Amino acid sequence: MKKHIVTACLYTAITAVLLGVVYPLLITGLAHLAFPAKANGSLLTRNGEVIGSHLIGQPFTGPAYFHSRPSAAGTGYDAANSSGSNLAPTNKALVDRVAASVSTEAAATPVPIDLVTTSASGLDPDITPAAALYQVPRVASQRGLPEATVRQLVISHTKPRQLGLLGEPTVNVLDLNLALDQLKP
Amino acid sequence: MSLNGSLQISLFIATILLLAKPMGTYLTHVFEGRKTFLDPVAGPCARLLYRVTRIDPAHEMRWTEYAISMLVFSGVTALLTYGIERLQHFLPLNPQHLANVEPALALNTAISFTTNTNWQSYSPESTMSYLTQMLGLATHNFWSAAVGMALAVAFIRGIARRESKTLGNFWVDLTRGTLWVLLPLSIVFSLALVSQGVVQNFKAYDTATLVEAQKITGADGKPATVTTQTIAQGPVASQEAIKMLGTNGGGFFNANSAHPFENPTPVSNFLQMLSIFLLPAGLAVSLGQMVGSPKHGWAVLAAMVVLWFAGTLTCYWAESQPNPLLHNVDQHVSLTQSGGNMEGKEVRFGIANSALFATVTTDASCGAVNSMHDSFTPLGGMVPMVNILLGEVVFGGVGAGLYGMLVFVIMAVFIAGLMVGRTPEYLGKKIESYDVQMSMLYLLIFPFIILGFAAVTVLMPNLGLSSLANHGPHGLSEILYAYTSATGNNGSAFAGLNANTHWYNYSLTVAMFFGRFMMIIPMLAIAGNLARKKIVPASAGTFPVTTPLFTLLLTGVIVIVGALTFFPALTLGPILEHLLLHAGHTF
Repeated sequence: MKKHIVTACLYTAITAVLLGVVYPLLITGLAHLAFPAKANGSLLTRNGEVIGSHLIGQPFTGPAYFHSRPSAAGTGYDAANSSGSNLAPTNKALVDRVAASVSTEAAATPVPIDLVTTSASGLDPDITPAAALYQVPRVASQRGLPEATVRQLVISHTKPRQLGLLGEPTVNVLDLNLALDQLKP
Repeated sequence: MSLNGSLQISLFIATILLLAKPMGTYLTHVFEGRKTFLDPVAGPCARLLYRVTRIDPAHEMRWTEYAISMLVFSGVTALLTYGIERLQHFLPLNPQHLANVEPALALNTAISFTTNTNWQSYSPESTMSYLTQMLGLATHNFWSAAVGMALAVAFIRGIARRESKTLGNFWVDLTRGTLWVLLPLSIVFSLALVSQGVVQNFKAYDTATLVEAQKITGADGKPATVTTQTIAQGPVASQEAIKMLGTNGGGFFNANSAHPFENPTPVSNFLQMLSIFLLPAGLAVSLGQMVGSPKHGWAVLAAMVVLWFAGTLTCYWAESQPNPLLHNVDQHVSLTQSGGNMEGKEVRFGIANSALFATVTTDASCGAVNSMHDSFTPLGGMVPMVNILLGEVVFGGVGAGLYGMLVFVIMAVFIAGLMVGRTPEYLGKKIESYDVQMSMLYLLIFPFIILGFAAVTVLMPNLGLSSLANHGPHGLSEILYAYTSATGNNGSAFAGLNANTHWYNYSLTVAMFFGRFMMIIPMLAIAGNLARKKIVPASAGTFPVTTPLFTLLLTGVIVIVGALTFFPALTLGPILEHLLLHAGHTF
């Protein structure tokens, strides 16, 4: 038995260094050589200041911006506290929260479902093209832009399925709103 | 449901079936000690490791020694992780100065990662330091997967060998699984993930200035303004790769593979799903090759694919349905949205990839999630639960799935033998009373733990009911899912349940521990017993294990055992919730 324990301890010590230290350091080195920006979080800067990450959603709730999805991460889009709501479809809290979101979208027509539901991570950077197009009239009127211009902006920021097949078409809300600010602050 | 969704699902399974044979052939070469292209690199490393640890690679072990080595190794590695967690505040690579992990949670986590479960009662980005994640947790992702593979190979040897007392050498199998399979695959896969945007760094969390400052109600109830966003970072890609390849599933972040830094694009998502099934599918092919009946491997794989397909179809259909309680929302599939039940799902994955991932991660005992199972429709959420309840044999965990499946194979040939009134045989080995007893023990421990703990939790209101996030039948589903996931060593959750309490931390620890080791011991006993037997020549009365009829019988046995055991519990949880949802009830 003692022999088994000694073997196990030695084996654990050596493989722990290999798998728990050497391996992640090797990957970090290679990642920073090949994809430095991505390995560091695909950060966006404006005037030298970090204003977010391409991959991490931000809250947008004002009428002049395209809204992002509701978020259950911390107080909303807390990227140090990723989380879904975990509300069941029969939970009254879910039904009430969706109804409240629907009313803030001032909905004359049915709201695309992703715009009133929380994502799994609470950090979803995207909305569906349906949700972006839905918001075009509001954003256009708030910014004093023709609807066609804003619609064109949405279409040019719509990412098709990857390789033409995988995933779903998306619109990155942060990218879209930054482009909107550039077009007409 | 859409045409594109069906295409993506078909592409996924087609790719797995294409990869199964090359992967399986490679695994056979590795575990039979034959020549492989990695020998020039891995060979010297292995020899050095054997020399330093004084392992004699030629030493053959009986099933008992194999089991003892495995248990001692698991114990030592669990202690190491427990120690690192308890001391992380004093150790390096903790830029957020996270505190030491408290004992109940540290124990739960150490056992969770040792047993390949990766149940997480905590939120990693606010609990575990970088060092704990890489040295305490990611190492287990390698070890527990390599242990699973070693055990599966030992079982296969039990079937393949004749009149032999031994099953191989645990340390050699462990080393070959790690150095020839898991580590090289992880290196390639983690770089592929970084190319998609998965982060890999050791810096402190970034602070970004929000483009639009937000007015919120603060924790004290007063209005507050949020102007910044703290962005958690870490050595994610290296851990993510082995988390999926080893069917571990423990996320670097709380949101797991839904977090954009863990799974940023549909391509990374596709690769992650492939990497869950890659080794289990390969091992099924290996089984056929190592026992000298390649068709048997494919017949077993076919049963796995049938059960996977049934689960995927059900889940995809259920999640595509609108929630009837929501009004004035557009839940229909169209060219510009995937519609359906989007609560707890990411836009880039939509309905098809969320349902497929949920099915794949619970078929295999992975437990990573790219959507929140707790928010699934009642029937959609029942699919992941049923997948685990079937015993984690539909592909299953790396290694663990295959040996679980082989126990069902023994039951299937036993039942076939009963039907025709002959002593059952499996690949020339007579299946006798001892083998069937051990198989039944294996099959009964599982529901005993799950239903036992769930019943105690439900009956004792002071123990765990205050942890529920959802009430009514869904509350029962949350508890049932927790013990199912722990005992099946899956690790996914109906995550609304707050499991970071003493009751859940300790009881789930027991469930994970027994769900792994109490099932391995009867399994190894069967392997040891089979290895000793003679081969009897096949006769006209032998039930062939290479035909579609065998696949059908095997699938039937799995479904019937699972349904008979768990159907009553499921009627009170997801099935009742489904009926109430459509009757307009809320809780």
